[in-house]
Amino acid sequence: MATFFGEVLSVYSRAVEEDEEDLDENEEDREIRRELEEKREVCLQWNTEVSECLSSGNKLQCSEFILAVGHNATRFVSKYVVSSDNWDTVGHASLWNERNQVIAGQSREESACVFYRQKDNPSVLVCQVNCYIAEDQLFQWTEKVFACIQPRGLSVTVLSDSSVADYQTSDYLSSSSAPFLRSLHTSAFIGQPVCPSLEQPNIVTGLSAAVLNHCQVHHISTVVYQCYSDVIGPDSVTMETYKSAFTKLGETIKLSPNADVYKFITTTDIQSNLYI
Amino acid sequence: MFVPSPQCSPSFRAFTLVMPAVAVGNVGQLAVDLIVSTLNMRRVGFLHTDCLIPMAGNNPYSSDKEDADELHTNAEVYTAEDLKLAVLQIRAPVIQAKSKKFCQLLVSWIKSCGFSRTVVLSSSHAYHRDDQQLRSSPLRYLVTPSMLKLSKDALEELGWSEMERVSAFPGLTEANAEPRLYIPGGGITKGLYTDSCAEDIPLAVLLLFCSEGDNVPDAFALVDHLNSWLHLLDSPGLEATKWKSPPSWSLLFGSGIPPALF
Repeated sequence: MATFFGEVLSVYSRAVEEDEEDLDENEEDREIRRELEEKREVCLQWNTEVSECLSSGNKLQCSEFILAVGHNATRFVSKYVVSSDNWDTVGHASLWNERNQVIAGQSREESACVFYRQKDNPSVLVCQVNCYIAEDQLFQWTEKVFACIQPRGLSVTVLSDSSVADYQTSDYLSSSSAPFLRSLHTSAFIGQPVCPSLEQPNIVTGLSAAVLNHCQVHHISTVVYQCYSDVIGPDSVTMETYKSAFTKLGETIKLSPNADVYKFITTTDIQSNLYI
Repeated sequence: MFVPSPQCSPSFRAFTLVMPAVAVGNVGQLAVDLIVSTLNMRRVGFLHTDCLIPMAGNNPYSSDKEDADELHTNAEVYTAEDLKLAVLQIRAPVIQAKSKKFCQLLVSWIKSCGFSRTVVLSSSHAYHRDDQQLRSSPLRYLVTPSMLKLSKDALEELGWSEMERVSAFPGLTEANAEPRLYIPGGGITKGLYTDSCAEDIPLAVLLLFCSEGDNVPDAFALVDHLNSWLHLLDSPGLEATKWKSPPSWSLLFGSGIPPALF
């Protein structure tokens, strides 16, 4: 595209990536595609007890399934929820994509999604999503995980992070208004969410959207609490906002009262030296 | 995979399907938004597929507080029974490696539902036009052979221009080389059209040459163009209606500005 002054600019489209796909695909291309797809498969590994249960054709009996996505949500869960001795690690979901490399000093499991189950009440399952799940893997992840869980009587809560820059409102947001929570729920969800509903034209994407889509079409009661924060890394103030989401789950999940959040926060790795 | 809404068992036999192709400027999707919002259409189901990037939001067409908290997903089907009209809205991009699969899925769904005809609203990069296309109207159409049998007279009467086929590499290939269909920036439009030709599905593509930017005027142009054929707003009770933009179109250019600026 040429501008008024005759400069030629490359045009970027919001909607489509490539002009034309090459239609002539030979056997080699197909093979490469197949191998890439195999490499991007989501793998679920359960402990022996759960795998035995699943292999005998049963599903995980679960009444509450809590998913934490994003820095703040995952750290909130590890600090306030699964930090007590009352939780067992029951499985992992690992996957490979370009942005999901194993960080030095972490085991493969730590950089995956970890499933925890309450010892006293095994029908409470928590999943901590510690890795980036690519757009093409979201649907598969959701299908595979939910295929292991008994949908009847299931109630899903998703805690998710987002930047306040992604939140649109006609009023000007002053810096004191963040962090705040917004909710979205499926039509099978009964009751009142603990925070205001996400206003149009705001949307959610990523794993929370994939879970919402799945649960909406399968009539599973689900609520997503999306926290909009103005801090890039994990911070204690943002984590506190998730506490309100647990007011309804108070009987099944006890939050650790004296969680020392500060000890847990490390400086985030600097990805680029542009803005040091 | 089509999943009907609870307490809904829609039958699409003899319905007309209007759907967008996710294409440059999102013109087709905006036009479909206008149709759903103006005709107050009812959601009857979802298209639940791994070919689209997941997204969710609250009701984009809500008129009052009561129906605002309704979850909407990346691909949904709406109907207006009295007009025998069904609309598929797609709200997310197609995952690139899965565009072929998505075309096949759509074609088999269209076939199984028994739609009488399908109209795809699409767009193409304006800067790819040749000299002849630059001089004429920016609207084009394409029809499959079985659609041509159905609507030959109507199309002749409308006097629309058909999308030109161009030579693959002008000047480089021989002049008598077979010209091909070329829809840059049209997403799945071409794939869907060729698959429908092969499957003998009555399908028409209406497309508009445009550039990225504020594509709301383009959406109005395309939906008006469609209306001159399908007469959606001419039915009783709707004659004087104008297209109604949905509330979700607000804040297209971002949030409010800080009051301290003034």
